[in-house]
Amino acid sequence: MSNKYLFNTLTGFFVYLIVQVFLLKNLVLFGTAFCFLHVVFILLLPIETKTTPAMLIAFSLGLGVDIFYDTLGMHTAALVLVAALRSNWIKVLTPRGGYDEDLIPSVLNMGVGWWLSYSLPLLLLYHFLFFYIDNLGTDLYLPVLFKTISSTLFTFLMGMIVQVLFYKRKRGI
Amino acid sequence: MQRILLFLYRIRSFLLFVLLESLAIWFIVNNNSPQGAVFFNSSNNFIGTILSSKDNFTSYFSLSSANEALVEKNTELLKKLDRFTQPKDSVYLVLDSSLSLQHEFRSALVINNSLHFNQNYLTLNKGSRHGIKAGMGVFNEQGVIGRVKGVSKNFSTVISLLHTDNLISSKVKSSEVFGSTKWDGRNPRQAKLLYVPRHVILSPGDTIVTSGYNAVFPEGILVGRVTEIGQGADTNYLDITLELSTDFSRLNYVYLVENLLKTEMDSLYDASGIIIDE
Repeated sequence: MSNKYLFNTLTGFFVYLIVQVFLLKNLVLFGTAFCFLHVVFILLLPIETKTTPAMLIAFSLGLGVDIFYDTLGMHTAALVLVAALRSNWIKVLTPRGGYDEDLIPSVLNMGVGWWLSYSLPLLLLYHFLFFYIDNLGTDLYLPVLFKTISSTLFTFLMGMIVQVLFYKRKRGI
Repeated sequence: MQRILLFLYRIRSFLLFVLLESLAIWFIVNNNSPQGAVFFNSSNNFIGTILSSKDNFTSYFSLSSANEALVEKNTELLKKLDRFTQPKDSVYLVLDSSLSLQHEFRSALVINNSLHFNQNYLTLNKGSRHGIKAGMGVFNEQGVIGRVKGVSKNFSTVISLLHTDNLISSKVKSSEVFGSTKWDGRNPRQAKLLYVPRHVILSPGDTIVTSGYNAVFPEGILVGRVTEIGQGADTNYLDITLELSTDFSRLNYVYLVENLLKTEMDSLYDASGIIIDE
């Protein structure tokens, strides 16, 4: 399992990074709705991933995205925070009977309601932090709020679509 | 002692979190200081190579419009050149060699661009090997684009005009009134003209060009057109909105200008204690 896990994580890392910097970087709706799909990769790490490796993965992924975006440190800071809060947030949301072993916390495995309450706050936090840092020193509070909300919704929708298309349901629940 | 170690071990993930976050913040601060190191950005050699090979594919889609723009610029230059070609039957005398060459021009291709953040940067496919230096002005046939921030051997990064800290010294073409153009972070097609006193009479449609007062741009490169003039919250200055002449969403070929007398001007300003904002 360990080998397979490592392989999956590594491929996922590079696929998300490449898709993000070459395709989604140019996809900005109406100048306000950004799609930061790489956050969904961090959210979709297997449930038993410890906080330490999750943060290290988030740090390197954030740095990779930042280098191509020329926003050095901004994605990294926000993504590390999301990775740090992730496992505690999962613990808070434990359903009755606990989690299955070796499970990816996706829509297909956990259901829409759980995914909504898991991903939406973290995505909102990520986008808010990112746009807040981006706008430090200016007085554009309303645009920050607007960008945060529209980008969160856009990323959330894209995340759902990606999961439905490319992720498998774990058999037998 | 053992207890301390145990305690540290127990909060290890929090310590790691603090470490990584402070690293990230250090990156942010470093990247935004004007003289910051430019190792970890898109002018890095490895990243630049990837970006330029990506641009090899995508540039085909904009070839026709790029050609059109180049042809337009060429005809304009030919028209200008026509004025300077010397008739065969005349004699010319060089008056002063220091007047002759103050600016040198180069060209480059944009391989990475952004316009929706508050601090936007571009990457060009030429670097120190091709004679690009930090501080050179960047423009294209439509108007001003920005200023070179850092160079590596083969690539360079440019602070776009769409960067909330980037001021460009400009003036009104018809009346020679000067101010500074600065982007306010709202709309990539619009910017503000700052420091124009209230008594100045402007009308919508006035052309704004670079002033040539700072050493980055020569005089007379197009910046934009005035669209709105308001009284503004500041008691001394007008609140002027420009429509930028450059379409930042479709940049490909750009020109770079180097002021050969910049070091001399800078040392003069230094010696006389004048601080020039760029």
